[in-house]
Amino acid sequence: MIKTKVIGRVFRQDEIADQIYDMWIETELAQGARPGQFVCVYTKNAAALLPRPISICEVNEEKTMLRLVYRTVGTGTNEFATYHAGAEISLLGPLGNGFPVEKAAGKRVFLIGGGIGIPPMLQLSKEIKKAGQAYCELSVLGYRNELFLNTDLEKYSQVYVATEDGSAGTKGTVLDAIKEKGLSGDVIFACGPMPMLRAIKEYAAANNMEAYISLEEHMACGVGACLGCVCKTKNVDAHSHVHNSRICTDGPVYNAEEVEI
Amino acid sequence: MNTKVTIAGVEFKNPVMTASGTFGSGMEYSDFVDLNKLGAVVTKGVANVPWPGNPTPRVAETYGGMLNAIGLQNPGIDVFVERDLAFLKNYDTKVIVNVCGKSVEDYIEVVEKLGDQDNVAMLEINVSCPNVKEGAIAFGQKADALMHITSEIKKKAKQPVIMKLSPNVTDITEMAKAAEAAGADAISLINTITGMKIDINRRKFALANKTGGLSGPAIKPVAVRMVYQAANAVKIPIIGMGGIANAEDALEFIMAGATAVSIGAMNFVNPYTTVETIEGIEAFMKKNQVEDINSLIGCVK
Repeated sequence: MIKTKVIGRVFRQDEIADQIYDMWIETELAQGARPGQFVCVYTKNAAALLPRPISICEVNEEKTMLRLVYRTVGTGTNEFATYHAGAEISLLGPLGNGFPVEKAAGKRVFLIGGGIGIPPMLQLSKEIKKAGQAYCELSVLGYRNELFLNTDLEKYSQVYVATEDGSAGTKGTVLDAIKEKGLSGDVIFACGPMPMLRAIKEYAAANNMEAYISLEEHMACGVGACLGCVCKTKNVDAHSHVHNSRICTDGPVYNAEEVEI
Repeated sequence: MNTKVTIAGVEFKNPVMTASGTFGSGMEYSDFVDLNKLGAVVTKGVANVPWPGNPTPRVAETYGGMLNAIGLQNPGIDVFVERDLAFLKNYDTKVIVNVCGKSVEDYIEVVEKLGDQDNVAMLEINVSCPNVKEGAIAFGQKADALMHITSEIKKKAKQPVIMKLSPNVTDITEMAKAAEAAGADAISLINTITGMKIDINRRKFALANKTGGLSGPAIKPVAVRMVYQAANAVKIPIIGMGGIANAEDALEFIMAGATAVSIGAMNFVNPYTTVETIEGIEAFMKKNQVEDINSLIGCVK
């Protein structure tokens, strides 16, 4: 789907956990959006210029709405959190490559999400289930303490939870949960904080598993022009001809083996 | 109504260009913008060999602007010619190639390779990037160094040469005069203003490079002032830039003395800024019964 900048309309918004907002937006961008892709959201504040990249959490059945679940961390997201149903919201998208759903075929799939990296796992989980080719689908979700989206994910996969404070599920990290529950799989799809992704890359390599990880970086243009959001690559990148790949355009999802994180 | 402008014998269908580094080679923005409508595409800086650029974070937002320290990541001239220049051949717009280097020899190598590329209308020499340690800005902050590199490039260049000036100098007129005296066909200004941002929660610099170049609407008044000063110091044409967001901003630069203008950071905010600026200039001319855009250049004295 061609990238476009559009005005969407907020359908509803709720705070589903402390500082975690859940916003459904009516927009034509829903038509071509794939799991793991993102949209750039623009503020109405002329002093806050740059769009905020936010992952697509879910697309409704009719493909008329996108769901964004995000954490308020600063000027932009604090503004978005004030939007009520009916508010206009400026979006650019759909951006990025998304997760390679076809890699789930015939495999035991692990979906691993950490914190605000959990939202893209929902649409991914739905689509893997819909494709019906995965042998089994497990979601492992890591939180600081308060849970969110876990019940949504339970509709499509078996969910295991880890919390840093031990208030729910395994006390510790997603990898602690995998170990404690004796879980195993063939292919990993993951999104979350960099320490988690590093640990997953190592875990996947040690266990001969494929891992597809979604990275993030500060972005300006969102369309591959400014070269602000690069990650280091193992090999010379086909586009840049150096060891850098543009996360916004060639990512955000990479085979963990191909990136230096 | 005439919106055509001419710089060093090169005619542009309108005075609106893209600022180097904010538009790639046009490919990424061709989903949004009909490149045929632009006065020119000014491409991302290209060196003789691929450059990896700086570590991340490379960009940070600031009030009404942004800092960047990309560090001139580029795929090198050979890939650029085969891929990017070939892509631009499909469009009816002028191409200005921004050239960077670490030594005079680096620049010359790129300039010579571009010499027989017939879709390159002009060269813009980047002697003003604040984010690379060697070369680049070292040539752009001292008048004698600027004269030296300008005259060396002029000896080899087959296309007219634009020297892109840094605002990070004490007296912009001194630099503009040095470029003119050494044979530059035009000058462009301003490149970004060196800045810094600190993340107080992490107690770290927002950019891995510590400093970065400030661009966006926050710098526009500084840029207009420098364009005005330069325009009154030299006879060669000026391409003005710095925070242009719309036609009103572009017209300020033109009235201050710029023959053409470039849109930079605002492409990131609104990918349609270039085309909307062209339409806005035409609307202004119609409304104010301006027959020829050239009559507005430097009209405010």
